[in-house]
Amino acid sequence: MAILIDKNTRVICQGLTGSQGSFHSEQCLAYGTKMVGGVTPGKGGTKHIGLPVFNTVKDAKKETGCNVSMIFVPPPFAADSILEAVDADLDLVICITEGIPVQDMIKVKKYMQGRRTRLIGPNCPGVITPGQCKIGIMPGAIHKPGHIGVLSRSGTLTYEAVHQLTQVGLGQSTCVGIGGDPVNGTNFIDILKLYNADPETEGVVMIGEIGGSAEEEAAAYIKKEFKKPVAVFIAGASAPKGKRMGHAGAIISGGKGTAEAKFEALEAAGCKISRSPAEMGKTLKSMLK
Amino acid sequence: MNIHEYQAKEVLRRYGVATLKGSVAHSPDEAVAAAKQIGGSVWVVKAQIHAGGRGKGGGVKIAKSIDEVEQLTKNMIGMTLITHQTGPEGKEVQKVYIEQGCNIAKEYYVAALVDRATGRVTVMASSEGGVEIEEVAEKHPEKIKKVDVDPTVGLGAWQARELAFAIGIPSESINKASQFFQGLYKAFVEKDCSIAEINPLVLTKEGDIIALDAKMNFDSNALYRQKDIVEYRDLTEEEPTEIEASKYDLAFIKLDGTIGCLVNGAGLAMATLDIIKLNGETPANFLDVGGGANKEKVTAAFKIILKDPKVKAILVNIFGGIMKCDIIAEGVIAASKEVGLKVPLVVRLEGTNVEMGKKILKDSGLNITPADDLADAAQKVVKAVRGH
Repeated sequence: MAILIDKNTRVICQGLTGSQGSFHSEQCLAYGTKMVGGVTPGKGGTKHIGLPVFNTVKDAKKETGCNVSMIFVPPPFAADSILEAVDADLDLVICITEGIPVQDMIKVKKYMQGRRTRLIGPNCPGVITPGQCKIGIMPGAIHKPGHIGVLSRSGTLTYEAVHQLTQVGLGQSTCVGIGGDPVNGTNFIDILKLYNADPETEGVVMIGEIGGSAEEEAAAYIKKEFKKPVAVFIAGASAPKGKRMGHAGAIISGGKGTAEAKFEALEAAGCKISRSPAEMGKTLKSMLK
Repeated sequence: MNIHEYQAKEVLRRYGVATLKGSVAHSPDEAVAAAKQIGGSVWVVKAQIHAGGRGKGGGVKIAKSIDEVEQLTKNMIGMTLITHQTGPEGKEVQKVYIEQGCNIAKEYYVAALVDRATGRVTVMASSEGGVEIEEVAEKHPEKIKKVDVDPTVGLGAWQARELAFAIGIPSESINKASQFFQGLYKAFVEKDCSIAEINPLVLTKEGDIIALDAKMNFDSNALYRQKDIVEYRDLTEEEPTEIEASKYDLAFIKLDGTIGCLVNGAGLAMATLDIIKLNGETPANFLDVGGGANKEKVTAAFKIILKDPKVKAILVNIFGGIMKCDIIAEGVIAASKEVGLKVPLVVRLEGTNVEMGKKILKDSGLNITPADDLADAAQKVVKAVRGH
């Protein structure tokens, strides 16, 4: 078992015929992902990298039975693509696109309320269940099938964590990059709940960043009901005051938002903190019996 | 992207947000002309820089005659204004805003921003105006009232009234406040703001509700559809290296240390700064080359880092995902050759095409110290700046 995606997942790519869509779909295919088609409006009926191309997500779903979409559409049109996938009632939409305006995502989030589709991202590396299915831009080769969940707001820092786990001999169940944008589809708690219910996942590495209060909220959830060991790193502890590294809105949660506040909340919830980003794998290993 | 107070007020006026009469001036002559045009007997001369805390730093002065407007403008233009937001080096004042005076009865606070937790716009207001809202949030959180806005409905009049009543705006001015808040929200959404803050918001003795100051910041992802806002960009307010970086779509922030950093991904870039600090040294910059970077972009990034005379060593930390290690390697080599590399360079590559990348670096004949992992890279670059 795994969470979100496995060897039976049937994937389409929205934006398949673009350069990023083509390159990464080929990488996913090479990894063994069941890519079943792509969507590029106006190119329906053609073939691209050996996959059938459709004009709409609904057409693709009808013809291929796809249940997941991976989005590589450029930022001005990406929110519309997410809405199309949600409207087609797919199980999961993974939006890789970076640079979607926040106002667009606010509308997407509202539209998704009460619908069953889950959105991961945007501005994320994607999701991978090692050895079974890779949906996104992560380098497949660094992963190893196993029992550790990796959950992160960051892209490349997730690869770093995976790499470290693999180095200390720990494989991964499913790795999820939820994305670094202020408004995204899925938060830490949503994924932690899935890990909690997944018998294959025995521990989690969680990677946060300064700003917002998502990590504090995750800490409250972990304290309340999460049963597995969690190792944590928060990026940005050394960020100087007054220099924002791409984050806004810390004020709304009062004193929350600093790395220290997050470390404190997570430590109090029973997580083990890796102060150095080079110790994420070792920290989790030390928690396993 | 930040804009000036006078520009923010221009934007807000278009949305029916009440402001005072005012005009920007680049010289004492222009200031005098502006004051005459505005009329009245009291004016305020306000330094236009992209930083808060101008009043305390001497950047906001009241003039009671045209002569005084002229004199104050003369003093202010060219002065270096230091506030808690400018840093110790301060900012040189290039222009002032001449604004009509008003009779302040009470000061309040209102702002619109994106709440990450709800994924919506929140409008928050406080009875405590004219002070830092962070301070109010810490000491008197009960004095801040927030409303969450449904994006399909917008800020309802009832919500705007709720805010106004909650912060103690008198009944006879409630409708004016409500209109003000709705205009602020509309401007926020339509102009793709990341923050729109009015501090102070004032109630005048005549019962008007007015934006005495205005700060607006815009979502850089949405600038492609906000051409009029892009025209407000004032390059003199930005760090020259950061401007250069933005031309190549690089996320660059100048810091005070000695280790230059070139990293892919914001999270890994922050983590790289963290590990340098943990090893007892300080980073010279935050630089995220992002995804989809090409050789030209990496070359530009490298040149920007090498421009800083304080940089004693460079750490390249790339975990290939979208980025391919061989492209990074080519960029590093091209830039090193072009600028003439004189400082030690530690390179850590991992991920897609890593072997190809390492081989390209090795075959280049340049003096590059390869690192095996993050910890090794940090230790090696720290050793390099310490010269042993």
